[in-house]
Amino acid sequence: MSRQGTRLDTKNVNSELFTLTYGALVSQLMKDYTNVEDVNKQLERMGYNIGIRLIEDFLARTGSGRCYDFRDTADKIQMGFRIFLGVTPTITNWSSAGDEFSLQFESNPLTEFIELPDHCLNLKYANVLTGVLRGACEMVQMEVTSWFAQDQLKGDTVTELRVKFVKRLEDAIPAGPYTPSSRAVSEQLTNSVCVLEIASSS
Amino acid sequence: MVIYGVYIVSKSGGLIFNYECNVPKIETEKTFGYPLDLKLNYENKKIVVEFGQRDGVMVGHVLTAVNGIPATGRQLDDGRDVFDIINERENYPLSLKFARLRMTTNEKIFLASMFYPLFAIASQLSPEPRCSGIEVLEADTFKLQCFQTLTGVKFMVVAEPTQAGLDILLRRIYELYSDFALKNPFYSLEMPIRCELFDSNLQNLLEHVEKTGISNVRLTST
Repeated sequence: MSRQGTRLDTKNVNSELFTLTYGALVSQLMKDYTNVEDVNKQLERMGYNIGIRLIEDFLARTGSGRCYDFRDTADKIQMGFRIFLGVTPTITNWSSAGDEFSLQFESNPLTEFIELPDHCLNLKYANVLTGVLRGACEMVQMEVTSWFAQDQLKGDTVTELRVKFVKRLEDAIPAGPYTPSSRAVSEQLTNSVCVLEIASSS
Repeated sequence: MVIYGVYIVSKSGGLIFNYECNVPKIETEKTFGYPLDLKLNYENKKIVVEFGQRDGVMVGHVLTAVNGIPATGRQLDDGRDVFDIINERENYPLSLKFARLRMTTNEKIFLASMFYPLFAIASQLSPEPRCSGIEVLEADTFKLQCFQTLTGVKFMVVAEPTQAGLDILLRRIYELYSDFALKNPFYSLEMPIRCELFDSNLQNLLEHVEKTGISNVRLTST
């Protein structure tokens, strides 16, 4: 895989172990929930919890700055896939407004040995990825949604993950070089005054 | 190469980690005759030297023991009041112990949340748009370097004023945080970091920096 640096190369594991672990997770969820929709939801939630942590790893390792353009974001998401999954999806199908694009996977390490049985055709097997994207982008103050538009497991020729920009979370942007408005800062100040009051009263 | 401390402040301004190192313990015990030639004052529940520094007892030092009996606030452990003893001639000669006190955790939390609005105000005061907030704060005895991540977490180190290259150290600490705090499934975000792996890796890093200098800190990205 293409993780850079010497320290982490030693930690690279065979992706098969990962594929199998993820498979075990999904099949356990299928046992625990009778409804396939619930499994999809759980996978997304797990992904979200992974994403809000994984983003720090990505930022610390790549040292990348803030995105001011969704195309920038697309490139960085692509880089993220290369770092963490060892695959480089192609970025295609830009919407004319530039707020939606697709990630096309020739192969997806998550689904390497998978054939979906008939009773779970509604299962979005790799739905954890949509959660990861949502969590990671939320931590850098961007709201996105994503869904699988095509899936090789369902007979499509490629797997296509569609990503849509919803909005910037202006209020959550920390004070600093990127602060868009003074409103956000004054709100943060009010928050921190509350923190101070709590600290001094204790 | 001296680093005095590492602090991490969460997105919402709370201190979630602090590590102190290289802070020398200063304690002086001396025998005094009557009348006491130090002006002592009781403030903030401590007896502080206010004036008259000599022989290692400095203004700002706190009285910690009288004749070997530890003092808490203005009370000795055996229940007597310190000022009663000091003002009585027959108690002399008296052996008093003074020390420079370290910050308590509460004080640290207070100061860390104090830094948070300062940082925000700095980015507001700037004559140019898009100011980064406080990155370096210098004083005669220390230098504080701050690095804020895109997600809003602030990493700070306090070091000797002449220390260069602290930004690299901060980036490295950020990597450690993303590895050993965030990848620990039992660590919940925004809560104080109590991860032994993080502690020990940070200690190793600081020791390494102390021995060989910051230029030898290796980032995984470059």
